[in-house]
Amino acid sequence: MNLLFHIGHYFQLLGEVFSKPERFSLYWKRTVEEIDLLGVKSLGIVALLSVFMGAVITIQTKTNIESVWIPAYVVGFTTRQSTILEFSPTIISLILAGKVGSNIAAEIGSMRVKEQIDALDIMGVNSAGYLILPKIAAAVIINPFLIIISMFLSIFGGWLVGTSTGIISSSAYIQGVQWDFEPFTIIYALTKTIVFAIIITTVSAYQGYYTQGGTREVGISSTKAVVYSDVVILIANYLLTQLLLI
Amino acid sequence: MIEVKNLSKKFGQVPVLQDINAVFAKGRVNQVIGKSGSGKSVLCKCIVGLHVPEEGVVLYDGRSFHTLEKEEKREVRQEIGMLFQSSALFDSLSVLENVLFPLRMFATMAESEMLDRAQLCLKRVNIEGKDKLFPSEISGGMQKRVGIARAIAMNPQYLFVDEPNSGLDPQTSIVIDNLINEITVEYGMTTIMITHDMNSVMEAGDNILFIHEGKAWWQGTRQELLVSDNPELNAFIFASGLMRKVREAMGKG
Repeated sequence: MNLLFHIGHYFQLLGEVFSKPERFSLYWKRTVEEIDLLGVKSLGIVALLSVFMGAVITIQTKTNIESVWIPAYVVGFTTRQSTILEFSPTIISLILAGKVGSNIAAEIGSMRVKEQIDALDIMGVNSAGYLILPKIAAAVIINPFLIIISMFLSIFGGWLVGTSTGIISSSAYIQGVQWDFEPFTIIYALTKTIVFAIIITTVSAYQGYYTQGGTREVGISSTKAVVYSDVVILIANYLLTQLLLI
Repeated sequence: MIEVKNLSKKFGQVPVLQDINAVFAKGRVNQVIGKSGSGKSVLCKCIVGLHVPEEGVVLYDGRSFHTLEKEEKREVRQEIGMLFQSSALFDSLSVLENVLFPLRMFATMAESEMLDRAQLCLKRVNIEGKDKLFPSEISGGMQKRVGIARAIAMNPQYLFVDEPNSGLDPQTSIVIDNLINEITVEYGMTTIMITHDMNSVMEAGDNILFIHEGKAWWQGTRQELLVSDNPELNAFIFASGLMRKVREAMGKG
């Protein structure tokens, strides 16, 4: 019953979020600010993780498929496929749920306990729309760029480690990266990224928006935002993979 | 004028407000007083629509707020200004941007006019030269004054003030009380002030409603308050030594 209550409440909040903005220019200004806060400021951690992720995939693949029957370029191919299909869109989104999701829940939760959301409501502002819609829009706009950058850096990380440690030649790795490329995998990855961006922002905002109490409860909301975003991302990941790839 | 008729509110099975009836007059500072936990803040939140009462109506110049359509409620809300106990200024906006916020959201005037209006409001509450500071960079008293400036930016018909003096020194409290009094008369607003500060009652209260155990226990003027025979009201008002001396001086001791 509790789960059903929260699902209903969540969709009720989304109804408020997607109602007509009072002043479009103010919402757009906030969206640009959020792109910087949620997206551009996440670039460092995304880049770092992606390079190491690609490096590890390359080493793991090489050590696990070492056989005279398997051509060397398979390492590059596997790194590309793993990165595009799963590691960049899903793992980076899970990391972003931790960084961005907790930030959203803490910010909105603090505004709730400090009566700032009440102040917006009393002014006649649609507080849910004003606070949450720009975050959703920002994440939907910027997250695909982050994931594309992550894909490039992960594949680059694999090449860097593979060639510098001598486990694969540069030409074999690049041949693998180019081999049997299916453009639909990018559409699949970006579709997942956009769905995950919506999940991260809305689930976290839901936790923050309905915070009750004080600073302790803001912390609890922040933790719940990360945990629930991660769980919903994993469920959505399975459903999208089933729908789009099979 | 704001009228509250037969208003009741429960949290779960716990009744917080029971059958409240009150009239808050225009152009006056109407005060709601009572002990902590008596239900005065809940009453305020029911009147402004942050809580939905189980029973009763709230009439804003005859408009029954809780039965209005969403858009109509929004229109009424644009006629409301509110100063919160915590000031509730937006942390990420500067002093000037806080006052500009409702104007930018709703006013149909040029940006330069909005700036003029915001500056005028800030000047009215005696805040000058602090435009670019953030709420965390100004004192509690200044935050309250900026909160008042933001509340009056849209030229409201109704002003709600929740415990304006909490956390302020007596001198600053008097400044805030006087400011609320002056602005109420100047703008012809219906002001409702929630307080348990007796200095504030003596300074600003025109029409006083005493809430006790979730009920409207007593309503009257400042003068009537001092000579009332209501035991619960007297226990609340004359709890402080200073107020007991006032009573003795009036020959009621």
